[in-house]
Amino acid sequence: MILILAIVEAVSPLPDPAAGAVREREQELIRRVQNGEQERFYELVRPYERRVYSAAFSILRNQADAEDAAQEAILKAFANLGQFRAEARFSTWLIQIAVNEALMRRRKEHAAIMEPLGGHHDEEGAYTPRDFADWREIPSEALERKEVRGLLLEALAALSQKYREIFILRDVQHFSIEEVSKMLGISPASVKTRLLRARLMLRDLLASKISAGWFSRLPFQKGSKPW
Amino acid sequence: MVVTCEQVWQEISNYLENDLSPELRAAMQDHFRQCKHCTAVLDGTRNVIHLYGDGRLFQLPMGFSWRLRRRLSRAMRPRRGTAFGWLVAVAALGLIAGGVTLASSTPRRVALRSEHAQAGHGIPAGLVVLVAAHSKVFHLPGCRFLHDKDEPVHSMKAEEAIKEGYVPCVRCLGKYVAHLAAEFIRKHAWRMA
Repeated sequence: MILILAIVEAVSPLPDPAAGAVREREQELIRRVQNGEQERFYELVRPYERRVYSAAFSILRNQADAEDAAQEAILKAFANLGQFRAEARFSTWLIQIAVNEALMRRRKEHAAIMEPLGGHHDEEGAYTPRDFADWREIPSEALERKEVRGLLLEALAALSQKYREIFILRDVQHFSIEEVSKMLGISPASVKTRLLRARLMLRDLLASKISAGWFSRLPFQKGSKPW
Repeated sequence: MVVTCEQVWQEISNYLENDLSPELRAAMQDHFRQCKHCTAVLDGTRNVIHLYGDGRLFQLPMGFSWRLRRRLSRAMRPRRGTAFGWLVAVAALGLIAGGVTLASSTPRRVALRSEHAQAGHGIPAGLVVLVAAHSKVFHLPGCRFLHDKDEPVHSMKAEEAIKEGYVPCVRCLGKYVAHLAAEFIRKHAWRMA
C-alpha cells in the first residue's frame, strides 16, 4: 500500500478543467467518509465500478475472478481511505489497487494461465501488420450490440498479458503514458512500444473479421472520427 | 523527408497520439496519401482505439453493484477490538455487576411451600409452633388439624417456620390470616350478593 501511495503521489493532477468540479465533490465525499460517514463510501466509488472491474478483467480474463478482485480492491480502498492523499486522483489510486489485486491473484495462478498472442514477440523488434484489409470506421453505437462487444473482448483476450494490461490502462482506462509507466513499474518507452504492438495486433485480429464482412451486416451509420 | 512503410508502422501509435515532430508527421501524411496499406493500418488502429475507448465495452456482471454494496455494508459494521467496542463491553459488565449487587442487597422473599396459602400477618416471632413432616402448614400445639398420626412432628419458633416457607394454619392461627379473608370478602362481596 505504501508503494501505491508513493506512485499515486507522483502522478500529476487532471489536466482537464471540467474534471475540477468532480474532483472537488470527490474530495468532499472523502473527507466525510474519513470523518465517520462510512455509508457515503459507495457514493464515492460508484462512478468507477466499471473501470475497476475492467482493470481487473483485463488481467484475470475471467468474469467471476474479475468481480471478486474488483470488489476486494474496493474493500481495501475503504479500509485504507485514511491513507489516501488529497493531491492524488482518487480514480488513479482506486484502479491502482485493483491492478495490484488482480496482478497478485494472477501471480498465484500463473501456471494455469496460457500466454496467448504476442507472448513470443521480441519487444525490440518491429511488428509487421499481417492484414491490410480496408477497415471502414465503426461507430460507437456498435458497442450496444452484444456480438460486437464479444468480438472485441475475444480479440483483447487473445493478447498476451503484458500487451493487454498496457492497452487497457491506456486506451480503455485513459491513463497517461506516465501514469501507466508508474503503475506497472516500467519505462515510458516500454509502455509506448507495448502499446503500439497491442494496437497493431488488435487491428490485425479484428481486420480479419471485418474483411469477412462481419461488420457490414450491421446497420451502422457513419460517425465522426475522434482525430 | 521520406519515410518507409516500416517506419510508418513503428510510429503510427505516436502519430495517433500526436506525439511526433512536425517534420515526421508531415512525412507520414505524405506517405499515407500514396500508400493504401499504411492508410488501412492507420484507419484500423484508429478504429481500435476508438472502439475500445468507449466506456460501454465492459459491462458489469448482473448484480455486481448489489453484491458490492452488501460486502461494503458488512465491512462497515463495528468490528471487534475497537475502542468503542471495548467501552460498550465494559459498560455492559458494569450494569450486570450493579444489577447483581442490587438484587443481593434487597430482602429476599421466602418462597412459600404452598403456592395457594397466605403468609399470615403479625404472628409473634417467638411463638412455638408445630410442623409435621411433609406438611406445608405450621400449627399451634393441640390443633386438631395437625397431621401427627403417621408423621413425626417438630417444634420450632414461628419466625423459623416462616423463614422456611411454612404457612399458618387457618384454623388455629386464623386470627393472623383473618384480615386476608376479610379483604377478600370485601373485594368480592358483589359476587356473593
